[in-house]
Amino acid sequence: MARLTMVQAINQALSQEMARDERVVLLGEDVGRDGGVFRVSEGLLERFGAERVIDTPLSESGIVGAAIGMAAYGLRPVAEIQFMGFIYAALDQLYTHAARLRTRSRGRFTCPLVVRAPYGAGIKAPEMHEESSEALLCHLPGIKVVVPSGPYSAKGLLLAAIRDPDPVVFLEPTRLYRMLREEVPEGDYTIPLGVARIVQPGRDVTVVAWGSMLERVLKTETPHSVELIDPQTLTPFDWDTLLASVRKTGRLVIVHEAVKSGGLGAEIAATVAEEAILQLRAPVLRVTAPDVVLPLPKLIDSYLPTTGKIRTAIDDVMRY
Amino acid sequence: MPDEICATFSVHRLSILAPDGTVDEALMPPLSEGDVRRLYELMVLARTFDQRAVALQREGRLGTYPPSLGQEAAQVGSAFALQPDDWLFPSFREMGVQLTVGYPIHQILQYWAGDERGQQAPPSLNIFPICISVGTHIPHAVGAALAARYRHDPLAVAVWFGDGATSKGDFHEGFNMAGVFRLPLVFICQNNQWAISVPLSGQTAAATLAQKALAYGFEGVQVDGNDVFAVYRATRDALLKARSGGGPTFIECLTYRVADHTTSDDAGRYRSADEVAAWSALDPLLRLERYMERCGFWNEAYASETRQKALADIDAAIVTMEAVGAPDPDDMFVHALSLPGQRQAGQRKGV
Ligand SMILES: Cc1ncc(C[n+]2csc(CCOP(=O)(O)OP(=O)(O)O)c2C)c(N)n1
Ligand SMILES: [Mg+2]
Repeated sequence: MARLTMVQAINQALSQEMARDERVVLLGEDVGRDGGVFRVSEGLLERFGAERVIDTPLSESGIVGAAIGMAAYGLRPVAEIQFMGFIYAALDQLYTHAARLRTRSRGRFTCPLVVRAPYGAGIKAPEMHEESSEALLCHLPGIKVVVPSGPYSAKGLLLAAIRDPDPVVFLEPTRLYRMLREEVPEGDYTIPLGVARIVQPGRDVTVVAWGSMLERVLKTETPHSVELIDPQTLTPFDWDTLLASVRKTGRLVIVHEAVKSGGLGAEIAATVAEEAILQLRAPVLRVTAPDVVLPLPKLIDSYLPTTGKIRTAIDDVMRY
Repeated sequence: MPDEICATFSVHRLSILAPDGTVDEALMPPLSEGDVRRLYELMVLARTFDQRAVALQREGRLGTYPPSLGQEAAQVGSAFALQPDDWLFPSFREMGVQLTVGYPIHQILQYWAGDERGQQAPPSLNIFPICISVGTHIPHAVGAALAARYRHDPLAVAVWFGDGATSKGDFHEGFNMAGVFRLPLVFICQNNQWAISVPLSGQTAAATLAQKALAYGFEGVQVDGNDVFAVYRATRDALLKARSGGGPTFIECLTYRVADHTTSDDAGRYRSADEVAAWSALDPLLRLERYMERCGFWNEAYASETRQKALADIDAAIVTMEAVGAPDPDDMFVHALSLPGQRQAGQRKGV
């Protein structure tokens, strides 16, 4: 087994799946000759040719719209939006069409596409290049939203996403792209969508975090016994795993790098209030970005949840 | 440093069938008497369907409905040129296209009556659900054309939209990609002069819509959209070109939305009766009747027989549609995802 970065793991997943399934094609800006601005698709044009690794015009709505047509036709397109901050022009295609094609055509047409987008803050990129607006996508029945939190989960989740019969948005935390290496099996494996992973079992407090925030929780030093949950798929969410954990620990801290209001943390907290309030010993706390526009890199450390803020939240719920 | 002309363009307009029923024989496409009869019968079907649908809406048996009166030639003529394997991406006013390719009439009605099951195309037809969000389906046609080429399927893709749609970003993005990739695609604009209350001049400052294709590197032609032979010929030529690797074509059909935008609209608020009357004089069906009469295969008896047949088909479809009954509430969940998520599964039990 090789120790790979997330970029290498995703590249390997794409390469192996394209070799296995001729229906898989890539399209996006600079994905071919340049191998993607993060080199995620490096070498794939050479290996699979321009018919399957399509350098498109600069056209976010066109890319996702074309992927919808390709998917309905019977291909398995993997479209790249170069950065999540540019996905907004394609939200219309996702909301209006990808999410509802199966419903609107009563199953006559389906939309088995993947939209990959680098996501999240902390890489000193220009404005609009560090967004985490996953909650916009989670509000959309008919789309699955997946966020890997390391090289191993990136490969297994991406293979599952490409094989999934429904449209999947696959958000790749840019901060993790090259930050850590993990053992990644060379062979084929999938991690099922809609199933959370208990990263570490614990007794005192449940912490839920995804993407690059998971790494931050793992780095947080605390004397308390933390049960750490990585949902992996944000929609459909694995409520059973989360609720079982909260019922056991009686405490919940949610960590996400998106802003607080209307974030996915709100949905998680509301669900716990509906389903497990009698087992709670403490208020549910959210550690999130403040409700402001994502700042430029000089202020990013004040914006993102830090290990200090995470530790404080854990200490706070442990006071009850 | 010379200042020189580096590119020049021109836009052609094709018309074959004049309002008096005479045709330009040199331009006439090869159509047998049987083909012409079929075109006529389909146009009568489209018009009769439209009249019945508006009446059903008034009786409360359909929801809001967008009439296609006056656009029969532009719809039937273009759809008539298709092959059975072609992929179709209609907009919401293309009942004439649906009827021409044999989309079940009761399902068209079922959809406008508010039942999603009307959108399930029969397996034999590669026709997408109609697009409600104006112009957003244009990139889907691009994707289907990319996929068809990748699969080496010898077919073409056709997409219909209105003049209003040409102002949308997706029109630009779709056209641009189609040009860059030289796709087997035919873009068909129903330029019916209005987008609800906005006239064409409020939509664009360009002299034609057809010329927009030139900026994307492919051919754009204007046709008299009330001339079924011109529409058919332009579409047939474009499809042949698409199938033989010649790339996309944009066909702008000049026609007119004679009725209100929808059954909820009152076009009298924003346009003059004179304008409507002037266009009504160019009626596509009347023109075809005059041609057929000149050729000796149209008379009142045939016309009334054709109308009766159309009415009988539509009335039978209304009976079928109304016999189907309302969908089960569970139906909302059936196609939400391939498999329901945990929460959907719980909600489904509760409906
Ligand atoms: C994206 C979008 N914006 C607005 C509307 C509301 N709307 C429905 S039809 C229409 C006008 C469309 O005009 P055109 O494209 O010319 O088609 P026509 O109605 O004339 O067939 C508008 C504004 C819509 N359905 N979709
Ligand atoms: Mg119009």
